[in-house]
Formats: sequence, structure tokens, C-alpha cells
Amino acid sequence: MQKFNSLKSIPAYLPIVNIDTDMIIPAQFLKTIKRTGLGKNLFYAMRYDYNGTEIKNFILNQKPYNNSQILIVGKNFGCGSSREHAPWALLDFGITCVISSSYADIFYNNCFKNGILPIILEEDKIKELSEYSKRKEEISVDLKKEKIIFGNSEIKFEIDPFKKKCLLEGLDDIALSLEKEKKIFSFEKNLKNTKPWIFND
Amino acid sequence: MPQTLYDKIWNEHLVHQQEDGTSLLFVDRHLIHEVTSPQAFESLRTSGRNVRQPNLTLAVADHNVPTTDRSKGISDEESKIQVDTLEKNCKEFGIQLFDMNDKRQGIVHIIGPEQGFTQPGTIIVCGDSHTATHGAFGALAIGIGTSEVEHVLATQTLIQKKSGNFRINVNGTLPIGVTSKDVILQIIGKIGTAGGTGYVIEYAGSLISSLSVEQRMTICNMTIEGGARAGLIQPDKKIFEYLKNKPMSPKNENWEKAEEYWNKLSSDVDAKFDKEITLEGKDIKPMVTWGTSPQDVVTIDGKVPNPEKEFDIDKKNSIQRSLNYMGLKPDISVKDIKIDKVFIGSCTNGRIEDLREAAKILKDKKIANHVSAMVVPGSGLVKEQAEQEGLDKIFINSGFEWREPGCSMCLAMNADKLKPEERCASTSNRNFEGRQGRGGRTHLLSPAMAAAAAISGSLDDVRKYQN
Repeated sequence: MQKFNSLKSIPAYLPIVNIDTDMIIPAQFLKTIKRTGLGKNLFYAMRYDYNGTEIKNFILNQKPYNNSQILIVGKNFGCGSSREHAPWALLDFGITCVISSSYADIFYNNCFKNGILPIILEEDKIKELSEYSKRKEEISVDLKKEKIIFGNSEIKFEIDPFKKKCLLEGLDDIALSLEKEKKIFSFEKNLKNTKPWIFND
Repeated sequence: MPQTLYDKIWNEHLVHQQEDGTSLLFVDRHLIHEVTSPQAFESLRTSGRNVRQPNLTLAVADHNVPTTDRSKGISDEESKIQVDTLEKNCKEFGIQLFDMNDKRQGIVHIIGPEQGFTQPGTIIVCGDSHTATHGAFGALAIGIGTSEVEHVLATQTLIQKKSGNFRINVNGTLPIGVTSKDVILQIIGKIGTAGGTGYVIEYAGSLISSLSVEQRMTICNMTIEGGARAGLIQPDKKIFEYLKNKPMSPKNENWEKAEEYWNKLSSDVDAKFDKEITLEGKDIKPMVTWGTSPQDVVTIDGKVPNPEKEFDIDKKNSIQRSLNYMGLKPDISVKDIKIDKVFIGSCTNGRIEDLREAAKILKDKKIANHVSAMVVPGSGLVKEQAEQEGLDKIFINSGFEWREPGCSMCLAMNADKLKPEERCASTSNRNFEGRQGRGGRTHLLSPAMAAAAAISGSLDDVRKYQN
């Protein structure tokens, strides 16, 4: 997994609440067996008209937002389907940091598996940051220090220490879990005795 | 300390408590399908890892299969590659698969219970948000992403952080014409799509206990639409009877042992819940959605909301956006909303009881001329059962199409989808923008209400067709 440390970018602001993963990447693009190549179809229905032409007033179709690495969105972002294609599409487009006041659980977890940092801030802070998007000014995100730096100010954000570590070091959590292999093995052994029906033995 | 059912299942599955507050939990049952698993298998291969417990894993193709004649295979090239990839992966890693032509094939959340693969007190995962369905059996059923699918394949465990406990009590009995779909739509309307975020919901109360196993599945299924990590119900005799003699259920002395264990699965009387709400059955009416979020619900005798009457700016904008997308004017009666299509099926409402409920309304009636309608049974076994009962004839005679099993128009991955601006009365679970096809307009409702809408040609009150 690619590491996340810090970044500086003009944020794109999409002030819509409850953006679901069908909106982020519609079902017709889930037929792939790869993780890459989904960026061109990110927010497909908002981004292209029925002829496949870019819709000019959609923010990610405009300069400089078509190069934004930070996306600021309304609350409950990523609700609905568990499809990891949603963070894959964001990543493939170039977005590695999302800022919202809340996320749906599955999407939130999926971000961390893909080197994307989802930041949670209060609504008034989000409004403040969105001004930077409108003025096309850069903001900086520093994961190590858990802060966003903009103009002469900064905002602290909080993040789970394990998730932070995985992002900073680009850790493979399967390798970490496999370090507990002995524990898994003894759990299974015990389970065969106490609940033999689980293994259908 | 008194514990909830969720606490108990959690503790029973704890392999390792990590210092950072997360836990490694053992996974008893892993369901996989063609859409969210190929990348997981690919990564397993590139990192030289194996599937730890292929025997605890069951695979089926459901999202991307055609619901029309399957004798010629899949014509869509990409869909075919995905379904073939699942078959190849299952063969390589020794996982049991119900392929497209297997009678047991169907929607992953319907076949799990049907086969007895789903069992009380287990942790069940699947790369699909509607995994919540299996909570109806008193299992902790969690929807996961593809990276987590890979993690479970490789380790048979899942890294989780404990959620809060949220109990929703529903008391009383179901009024005539009201189904468990109406109950869950009302709950989502009440708590909102993020109301359950950070929680596991336990459904309790006399009305919940009075529901059949299949009705409970509908409730748990849409738990994810309320944002919760999982939803579950204390298992009881109805659940044990349902599971008895299912192909993958415990047999002989294992059955005795399992049942003894299952009988103990309940929240302690004095268990503490972080959040709790109570609904009364008598207050629940047939529901429909008017907007583009499952929380946008209204009773069938209600009206479409008016954004001008909303003071919260986010809500106002959100209502306006939904009305524009749905092509609806504020303050109109929902019964005046004319529909073009009807879809009966999905993991929410594609089981035999759902088909019986709809068929009861449709018997000896014709659907409106301008409506095209289809039934997609949830599995090959549901289809077979329905045909034995003659339900297929009732549907066909009334003007419905009778299809092969799969996810179909619930998410419009295969050929079954709405055209722009087409309006559909659907028994599925999501009315998101574009969910049933780009520009398509979805109204969620129960199977009986879908049947009533098909006959009337517009959203209608099913109680009109009942005695």
C-alpha cells in the first residue's frame, strides 16, 4: 500500500450530503477485475452527460480542481454499498485525502486500506476550509502532526493510532495479522472442541 | 457485568486484543461473490498467500449474471470475465461454488440461510454491505471491503474496533397490509441513514419476535441503510426449526450441541445499551420512499415534502436535489405518482414469502397497461418452490415477467436497468441516484405494495386490495 505522510493541494469542495458509493462509482464500472483505471469514471453521472461529454460546471472538470488531491464533502460520505471501487476510483483520480464531518463505516475503513486519509472535522471548520477551495488556495495536511495548515492558521484532527501507523508506514495489515498465526491456530483448535459444528466435523 | 448479544458474540470470537484498541476476531463463515473478490484473490497470488479455511468459505455468482435464458452463457464480455474469474479462483483455492447453472445459485444473502451455512452465534462476513441480512439468525454479520475479503481469506480473521450497542424495540403486532419492509423503512426514516453509524443494532420487542425468519431477514438486511455496522435479533425456536435439516446445518449430535449453545444466545436482562428507541406496531403504516435516500420515506397516504418548509439549509438543498432528480413536485400526494416499472426481488425481498405476499395481491388481476413488471426470485430454490406453488403462473397471468435468480435490477449491473427518467416501484433496498440505471427513479416499498402499484399503475395503498 502506498504511504500517506503529508500533502499540499487546492481542495475541491463538493457540498452534497449523503454522497453514496453508487454516486462515487456507479455499478456498471464494477465489472473490472482490477483495482486501477477507475479514476476516469469517478462521479460518473455528475461528471459526464448522456453523450459522455464532460459537464463543464462540475467541480472536478474545472481547473485547478481536476488536479485536486483533497476533496471536501458533505456529511455521511461514502454511505451505501461496501464497494472498495469507491476509494480505488478516488485514488486513481488522484485524491488521497477526503475531509467531511462524517463517513459511513465501511467506506471509512476501506480508505485506510488504500492509502487514503479520511479526515473528520466539525461543520464550521469545513465551511472555513471550503473558502480556500473557492479562492483556489492551497492547504496542507500533515498526518504525523495530525493537523491541517491553511493561511496562517491550523486545525488539529484526530485519528486512530493503528490506522495512522498503517498509513504513515504503508503497512500491510495481513502481514501484521499473520504474526498472530499461533493465536489463530490455537483459537481454531479450541473451536473444534467447543463448537465442532462450525467445521462441520 | 451484564452483556448484550453483540458483546457475547464479540468476546467468543476474540483471537487477540491489540494494544491500539482494535481486535482480531475469528470469522466462522465467509461468503464471496464475483464483484468484490477478484482483486482479493489476485493479491493473495501476488503475495504468495493461501486461503486459510476454504471449508468455511462459500462462493456464488449473483451480481453480474443474466436473469434471462442462461443456456447460451453470458453475452456481456466483461461480466463473463468476472464470473469466469470467480470460478477459476474457487477451483484454484478449493472453495465450494454454486455456479450460474446450479439450482442452488442465487443472491449470496439468500443462499447462505437457505443452505444452513448461516448459523446463530457465528461471525459471518461478505464483501457486500447487505451481509447484515444474516443477523436475523442471531449472527454478527458484517459487510466488508475487498481488502478485508483478502484479509479474511488469508487469516480467517478480521480486524475490528468494537461498536456501540443500539437497541430498537418494536412492540405490538403488524397491522393489516403492513410488512417487515414497512417496519424497517419507518425505522430508517426515524433514525436517518447515519443514525446507526458506529453501532450494532439489536432488534427486539414483541413485534420482532412475532415475525417469521424471512421477515426478520428483511429488517436486518436494511440495517446498513441506517448506517449501522450490523443488525441482529436474538435467535429462537423459529430460527432453529428453519435451520433443521438444511444441507449445511449441523447434523446428529452436533445439532444437539449447537442447539444447546444457540439457546443461550441473548442479551442479559440488565444489559446496558448506549442508545435505545421504541416503536409501536400500531403506528406503522405501508411506506414508500419519495426521494434518493432510504431515509426519504413517507406513509402511502402522505405527501411529497416541500423544501420551502425546511429551515435547515443542508436538508433544504438535499430535498430540492432529490425532487429535481425524481421529477416530482412538492406537496403532491404520493398516490398520484405514476410508475413505469415494477421490480420484485433482491436480497431484501426476493424470498418465497415475499413472492407469496405479492402473488396474493395479483391473483386474478392484471397489471396496468403502461406498466412493465418483473419478478426475479432470490435463488434457484426460491424459484423452484414458487413454481411448485403455482406462483409463477399468477405473476405471468397478471402481466409480470418471470426471471432467473440474481441481484438484477437492485443495482443494475447486468442488463436489467431503468432508462433515464423511468420510474420504478421496487422491493429492493436503495433508491440512490442512478442505482437502478442512470437517471432511473426508484420508489422503495414492500412486495405487496409493489403488486398494488403494478395493478394501479401508480403508487397505491395495498390495503385497498385486501380484505
